[in-house]
Amino acid sequence: MTYIKKLLPKLFLVLPLLLPVAAKSAEQSDYNMPVGVTEVSSSIFGLHMLILWVCVVIGVIVFSIMFWSLWKYRKSKGAVAADFDDNFWLEIGWTVAATLVLVWMAVPSTQVMVKAYDDSEGEVNIMITGHQWKWHYEYMEDQVSFFSNLSTSQEQIDNKIPKGEFYLQEVDEPLVIPVNTKVRFLITANDVIHSWWVPDFAVKQDAIPGFINTAWTNVPEAGIYRGACTELCGIKHAYMPVVVRVVEQEEFDAFIAQKVSLAEEEKMLTSKVWSKEELMERGESFYATNCSACHQANGKGIPPVFPALEGNQVVLSDSTKQIEILMEGIQGSAMQAFGKSYSEVDIAAVITYTRQAWSNGENGDGVIITPKDIVDYKNKIDL
Amino acid sequence: MSTVVETHDHEGHHGPAKGLTRWLFTTNHKDIGTLYLWLSFTMLFVGGAMAMVIRAELFQPGLQIVQPEFFNQMTTNHGLIMVFGVIMPAFVGFANWMIPMQIGAPDMALPRLNNLSFWLLPMAFGILVSTLFMPEGGPNFGWTFYAPLSTTYAPSTVNFFIFSVHIMGISSILGSINIITTIFNMRAPGMTLMKMPLFVWGWLITAYLLIAVMPVLAGVVTMMLMDINFGTSFFNAAGGGDPVLFQHVFWFFGHPEVYIMILPAFGIVSHIIETFSRKPIFGYSSMVYAMASIAILSFVVWAHHMFTVGMPLAGELFFMYATMLIAIPTGVKVFNWVATMFRGSISFETPMLFAIAFVALFTIGGFSGLMLAIVPADFQYHDTYFVVAHFHYVLVPGSLFALIAGAYYWLPKWTGNMYDETLGKLHFWLTFISVNITFFPMHFVGLAGMPRRYPDYALQFADFNMLISMGAFLFGVTQLLFLFIVIKTIRGGKKATSEVWEGTRDLGLEWTLDSPPPHHTFTVQPQVK
Ligand code: HEC
Ligand code: HEM
Ligand SMILES: [Cu+2]
Ligand SMILES: [Cu+2]
Repeated sequence: MTYIKKLLPKLFLVLPLLLPVAAKSAEQSDYNMPVGVTEVSSSIFGLHMLILWVCVVIGVIVFSIMFWSLWKYRKSKGAVAADFDDNFWLEIGWTVAATLVLVWMAVPSTQVMVKAYDDSEGEVNIMITGHQWKWHYEYMEDQVSFFSNLSTSQEQIDNKIPKGEFYLQEVDEPLVIPVNTKVRFLITANDVIHSWWVPDFAVKQDAIPGFINTAWTNVPEAGIYRGACTELCGIKHAYMPVVVRVVEQEEFDAFIAQKVSLAEEEKMLTSKVWSKEELMERGESFYATNCSACHQANGKGIPPVFPALEGNQVVLSDSTKQIEILMEGIQGSAMQAFGKSYSEVDIAAVITYTRQAWSNGENGDGVIITPKDIVDYKNKIDL
Repeated sequence: MSTVVETHDHEGHHGPAKGLTRWLFTTNHKDIGTLYLWLSFTMLFVGGAMAMVIRAELFQPGLQIVQPEFFNQMTTNHGLIMVFGVIMPAFVGFANWMIPMQIGAPDMALPRLNNLSFWLLPMAFGILVSTLFMPEGGPNFGWTFYAPLSTTYAPSTVNFFIFSVHIMGISSILGSINIITTIFNMRAPGMTLMKMPLFVWGWLITAYLLIAVMPVLAGVVTMMLMDINFGTSFFNAAGGGDPVLFQHVFWFFGHPEVYIMILPAFGIVSHIIETFSRKPIFGYSSMVYAMASIAILSFVVWAHHMFTVGMPLAGELFFMYATMLIAIPTGVKVFNWVATMFRGSISFETPMLFAIAFVALFTIGGFSGLMLAIVPADFQYHDTYFVVAHFHYVLVPGSLFALIAGAYYWLPKWTGNMYDETLGKLHFWLTFISVNITFFPMHFVGLAGMPRRYPDYALQFADFNMLISMGAFLFGVTQLLFLFIVIKTIRGGKKATSEVWEGTRDLGLEWTLDSPPPHHTFTVQPQVK
C-alpha cells in the first residue's frame, strides 16, 4: 500500500507522455481527420498533423515542467518556497518564442488557404441548394436537376429493424461528378442555412438563402464519398446526408444524357390524361418522400407545429386554396413553395393523394386535381 | 502585498433581516453573492439534466428516448443555461463576495442596483424555461440562434426567448456598472491599480467587456424581434437583408463573451496557485497585461466562428492571424502559472487539485483553439464534435473547474467551516476522470466526421459515443456529491481560522477578516502598504 502511494505521484510524471502516444495512435486510425482524395484535402491533412504535433511538443514541455515541479517541490517532502516573482528576460524569451512558433505555423497555413481558395469557373458547374431536409443538385450546363433524399428507412431510425452499413449516410440519388475534372459548386439554400460537407474533398461551405457561395474540387479517384449537412437546419438536420459518386467521363456523359431524356419524358407526362389511380399512386410516393417528414405518413401532422392534413378544411373542400399553398408555399412558415421545384404532375398527384387518402376521401368533396389544373394555375399567375 | 489592519469595530452591528425578506430585499454584497451562487448551482443541475437527456439519446445510434424536435430544444437550452445561467452568474456571485473583501470595501458601491441585477435573473430564466412547457416548445435553434432558423422558421416562443435575453443583458450591464464603480472608488488607501488582486483585475476587464458587448447582443435580438413581428428584413434575404449579418453581429458579442467566461477564472486560479505554492504569483504585471490584451484582441477575431460562410480570402486570413495572436497572451498566462509552482512549496488541497487540473486541461482547450484558428483546417473541423470538444475543454475543466476550485478555496471563509477534505478529494478525482472520459473522445469523433447538434449518427461513431455518454453520466452524478459537500460545510465542520490557509495573511485583505466575515465587511478601512 505505501509502495503504491509512493509510486502514484511518480506515475503522474509520465502523464504528459500520453499526449504524443494519443497523437501517434490517432494519426493512422479512422479517428483522425481523413486524408481525403484531393490535393487540397491531403494538404489540409498535412497542416492538421503539423499543428497537432506542434501542440503536442509544446504540451509535453510545459506539462513535464509542471508535473516535475509539483513532484519535486512538494511541501510534504519539505520543500521551502523560493522568493522570486518575476524574471524579465525569461518572460520576454517565452513571449518571443511563442510568437516565432506561431509565425512558423502561419506560413504553411496561408499557403494552403491560398491554394484552396479559388472561385473561377469549373469545367462542370453545379448549383447545390439546401432544402429542409434534402439537397437539390442542378447541372448548370445541361439544365437538368434532381433532389437527393435520405434513403435510410424510418424503421431503421426507430430501431425496428437492424441498421444497414450506411445508416444515415445513403441517399436515393447521389450527386454524380466526373473524375479528374475541375467541378465548381455554387451553393445556396431555399429556406434556412445549411452547410454542404464532403470530408474527403475537404469541401465545407455554408448554404445561405439568398446568397451563392462557391467551392470547388477536382477528384482524382472514382468512388463513392459520403458527407453531411453541418449547419443546424431544424428537426431533420441529421437526416440530410451528402453522397457523391465520382465516375469516369463516359459514365458521367451517359448519366447526363439519361437525365436529359428523363426530363423530356416528364414534360410529356403533363399533357397525358391521368386516371385517379395513377395520380394516387404517384402522389403516395411523392408524399412519403416530401411531405411525411412534417405532416407524417398518417396525415396527422405534429400539431401545433405541423398541421394535420387529415380532416383539414383546406384539403377537404378548398382545392383552389390548396393549389395555391403548394405552388406558393405559406409565407413565413416551414411550408415551402413546392411548385417551384417540382413538376406539375407531382404537384397534381400529391394534392389528389392528400384529398383521397386517410379519411379524407369519404369526408371531402372528392375533387381530383390533374396536371392540367396546375398548368392552368401557372398560366393565370403569369398573366 | 502586505496589509495592516486596524481592529474591527464589533459593536453597533445589526444582523441580517429574518426570513424570506432577508433575501428579497437584501443589499448586502455577501447575501447577494450567495443568491447568485445558489442560482448558478441550481441552473447547473437544470442544464445538467438537459445534458443527460442529450447524452442518453446519443448513447446509441437511432432514436430511443426523445424525438429530434425535443432534442434540439435540449441542446439549445443546455447551451443557453450553461452560458448565461451557470458560468456568468457564478462569476458575478464570486465578484459580489470577493471584490469588496479583496479591495477592503464595506460593500459594493451600488447596493440597491445590486439587488435588482440579481432578481432580474430568476425572472429571465423562469421565462426561458417556461417556454419548454408551451405547446410549440422552447427555442430549438441552437444557443447561437442563427437566423433565419431563429426568425422566420422559429416557434413563436422565440419572442419569450428574446425577452429573456434582454433581461439577462440588463442584469449583466447593471452588474458590470456596479463592479466598475466599486473597483474605482472603494479600494483601500494604498491599493493602487497595480496592487489589485488578480481576481479583481480579471473582473474589471470582464466588466468592460460586458458593457461593450451586451448591448450588441440586445441589438441582435431586437433585430430578430423586428423581423419576426414587424415586417423588417434585417436577416431575410427575400426582403433585401442578409442572414450572415446576423452571424457577424452575434459573434461580435459572442467571442468577447467567451472571454467574459474565462477572465475571472484566470484570477481565481492565480490566487489558488500562489496560495498552495506558498510563493507569490510569477509575473503579476504580465498577467495583467495578458488579460488586457486578450480582451482587446477578442474584439477583432469574431469571424473565426464563420470561416465557412464564404468570406473573401483577405478576410479569412486576417481573422486567422488575429486569432492566432490570442494564443500568445494565453500562453504567457500558462507559463506564469507553471513558473509560480516552480521552486514553490506545494501542497495538494482540493482547491489546488482543481487549479492544477485547470491549468493542464484549459491548455488542451487552448491547443484545440489554436488548431481551429487555422482556416484551411477549420474547414474540416467546423461544426463537428471537434469544436464541441474545444469549447467544453475551455469551459468545463476551464471555467467550471475554476469556479469549483474557488468555491473550495473561499467556502471556509464564507461559512466559517472547513469542508471535508477527503470528500473534496474524492469529488476532484471523480470529476477529473469523468470530464476527460466525456470530452476527450469528442476530439476523435469530430475528426472522424461527426457533425454537432445531431440527434442520431452513423454507425462508425457508436463506440465512442457510448463511452462519452458513460463519462457524462458519471460526471453528472459526481456533481451531486459536490452539492452534498457544500451543504455539509455550510451546516458545520471544523472551524476555519481567519487565515484559513497557511500563510495567506500577506496574500490578500480577505484573509484578514474573520471566518465568516462580519455582516458589514470592513467597517474600518484597512491600509495597504
Ligand atoms: C418542412 C415541413 C413541411 C413539409 C415538408 C411540408 N409541409 Fe405542409 N405545412 C407545413 C407547415 C408548418 C404548415 C402550416 C403553415 C402555417 O399555417 O403557418 C403547412 C401547411 C400545409 C397545408 C395547409 C394546411 C392548412 O391548414 O392551412 C397544406 C395543404 C400542406 N401543408 C400540404 C403539404 C404537402 C402536400 C406537402 C408535401 C408536398 C407538405 N405540406 C410538406 C410544413 C410542411
Ligand atoms: C487560445 C485561445 C482560443 C482560441 C485560439 C480559440 C479559437 C476558437 C475558434 C477558431 C473557434 C471556432 C471553431 C469553429 O466553429 O469552427 C472557437 C469556438 C469556440 N470557443 Fe474558442 N478559442 C480559444 C479559447 C476559448 C476560450 C477561453 C473559451 C471560453 C471559455 C472558448 C469558447 C469557445 C466556444 C464556446 C466556441 C464554440 C461556439 C459555438 O460555435 O457554439 N474558446 N474557438
Ligand atoms: Cu441542413
Ligand atoms: Cu471565438
